[in-house]
Amino acid sequence: MSFSWAKPYEPKHPFMRWLDERLPLPRIVYNATGPGYPVPRNLNYAWNFGVAAGLFLVIQILTGIVLAMHYYATADGAFDSVNKLIMRDVNAGWLLRYAHMNGASFFFIVIYIHMFRGLYYGSYKAPRELVWMLGMVIYLLMMATAFMGYVLPWGQMSYWGAQVITGFFSAFPLIGEPLRVWLLGGYAPDQAALTRFFSLHYLLPFVIAGVVILHIWALHIPGSGNPTGVDVKDEKDTLPFHPFYTAKDGWFAAAILLVYALVTYFAPNYLAHPDNYIPANALATPAHIVPEWYFWPFYAILRSFTVDFVLDAKLWGVLAMFTSILLMFFLPWLDRSPVRSGAYRPVFKRFFWLLVIDVLILGYVGGAPISWWRTALGQAAAAYYFLHFLVILPLVSRFETPLPLPKSISDSVLHGEAAEAAPVGTKRGRKTAAATAAAE
Amino acid sequence: MATQAQSAEGSQNLGAGEGDVRRRDFLNVAAVSFAGVGAVVALAPLVVQMSPSADVLALASTEVDISKIQPGQGVKVSWRKQPVFIRNLTSAEVAQANAVPLSELRDPQSLAERTKPGKANWLVTMGVCTHLGCVPLGIGEGENRGPFGGYFCPCHGSAYDTAGRIRQGPAPLNLQVPDYKFTSPTMVEIGATEK
Repeated sequence: MSFSWAKPYEPKHPFMRWLDERLPLPRIVYNATGPGYPVPRNLNYAWNFGVAAGLFLVIQILTGIVLAMHYYATADGAFDSVNKLIMRDVNAGWLLRYAHMNGASFFFIVIYIHMFRGLYYGSYKAPRELVWMLGMVIYLLMMATAFMGYVLPWGQMSYWGAQVITGFFSAFPLIGEPLRVWLLGGYAPDQAALTRFFSLHYLLPFVIAGVVILHIWALHIPGSGNPTGVDVKDEKDTLPFHPFYTAKDGWFAAAILLVYALVTYFAPNYLAHPDNYIPANALATPAHIVPEWYFWPFYAILRSFTVDFVLDAKLWGVLAMFTSILLMFFLPWLDRSPVRSGAYRPVFKRFFWLLVIDVLILGYVGGAPISWWRTALGQAAAAYYFLHFLVILPLVSRFETPLPLPKSISDSVLHGEAAEAAPVGTKRGRKTAAATAAAE
Repeated sequence: MATQAQSAEGSQNLGAGEGDVRRRDFLNVAAVSFAGVGAVVALAPLVVQMSPSADVLALASTEVDISKIQPGQGVKVSWRKQPVFIRNLTSAEVAQANAVPLSELRDPQSLAERTKPGKANWLVTMGVCTHLGCVPLGIGEGENRGPFGGYFCPCHGSAYDTAGRIRQGPAPLNLQVPDYKFTSPTMVEIGATEK
């Protein structure tokens, strides 16, 4: 499960030895996030977002459990319990609610950076395919949890979000409409839907926590990847997780929490919609209905289908939206290049950044009101999204000539002992650094 | 272990040939099947609890007085927690709906098929977009009626004509016509059938 040079767990205190023989839980922690887990020494800041995501899962579970103590899951009382009881009456309720609301957004921010990190550095490639796929399972669970949580305040956006998202299922022929009615427990969202969403919104984060454990377990079999994509060869390539990466992850967590606190305290509704402060009304849809920002790209793909072609436009939209996510499960087999890191793949790298721009365009289109040119832009961007994964990626991995890889991680990090050891900024340091660069 | 058990079993299994099912195999399959069927049956209440309960299913009918609705106007009423549009079409709107050849329609239906005999000006439809269930605009005074003068769904841009038929955008079907009947020339009962 780990490298041969990993520091063995040797409990010193008699109690810890006693415990280790009966329930070796501290041993597992020591070997997973302690000195017993050797990590490549060259990780850049893109690698900090996994731990940050775990932090936000903890924040969401803690604030969520407390909010559930004050929330009424009734169609008559839900809106007031959030907007009156929690936001005004409960001591510090406003803070907990805003922390939970923005915590969801920040969870998605760090997860998206974490995922794009994986896309750029080929983290989905052998032997880490299952790490990637379990990550996608976590992402799907997060989407379901976030959607159901957004319904709970029972405002206009909550209600119509529930109506539209459950409406996806009605697109399927024959079984669609009965399935939608079964999911909602009625013809339109009402008490039955609200209560079951609350129950599942409470449950799913713990399922996510379970899959996170599998995700980390699967990761720790081959060990963490690194920016060069070169396998770890010996002890010189790694550092123990503790204290090196606990320190780096720790300070980075503090940095992210600072941004999170700024938004939560000074712009708590920046990422929200004013319409959700209007109580749910089953007879009037808000003029501009959009999901939360983290669903915008997929919403744009859904809206891209406007004409029937063999199947209904509606069914195409729903299928394309689900496919755009499910496609990612097949990424390890769509990109067959043996080189993992995008840093050594000049053609792939350009297409990667095009994909990032494409997803940003989809996000813009999904969040903006409908107009003919935005629809056309969204259609082009949606087409390119599928083109990237289904055509460009397989072709690039076949025809691209990658750059030469470094011999080892330590080789790419230590450009010769002389330059490395010289004090920063001194003449000798600069000279040797230049000399090494020239020699390379 | 396993082979010993099998040979012991074989000697007990009097009269059974080589290819026959042994008594122990039968017992295993039967016991596991019984438990499996039981487990599936035990799932039934977990599945059916999700379905709408009888009070939700009860076809509550709503009576609406339409005497005050002038030509060109419409009202939105709630039935089964869903909006229903009742619109008094002007003669121009009726003519507009009848002028469209059925072959041009995504979900071909004439205005006559969507209204009661002799009441072609009374268009009663669900106010639920057949795309993803938003409430289209166009029933209220001054609301956007879209390019075909009927209804316009703000969520994903579906446009319906003056007969509530889908003409443009992602929705697959015309606005659904619920069961209803005229109980008098000025009263409509939604949720009731003619019979």
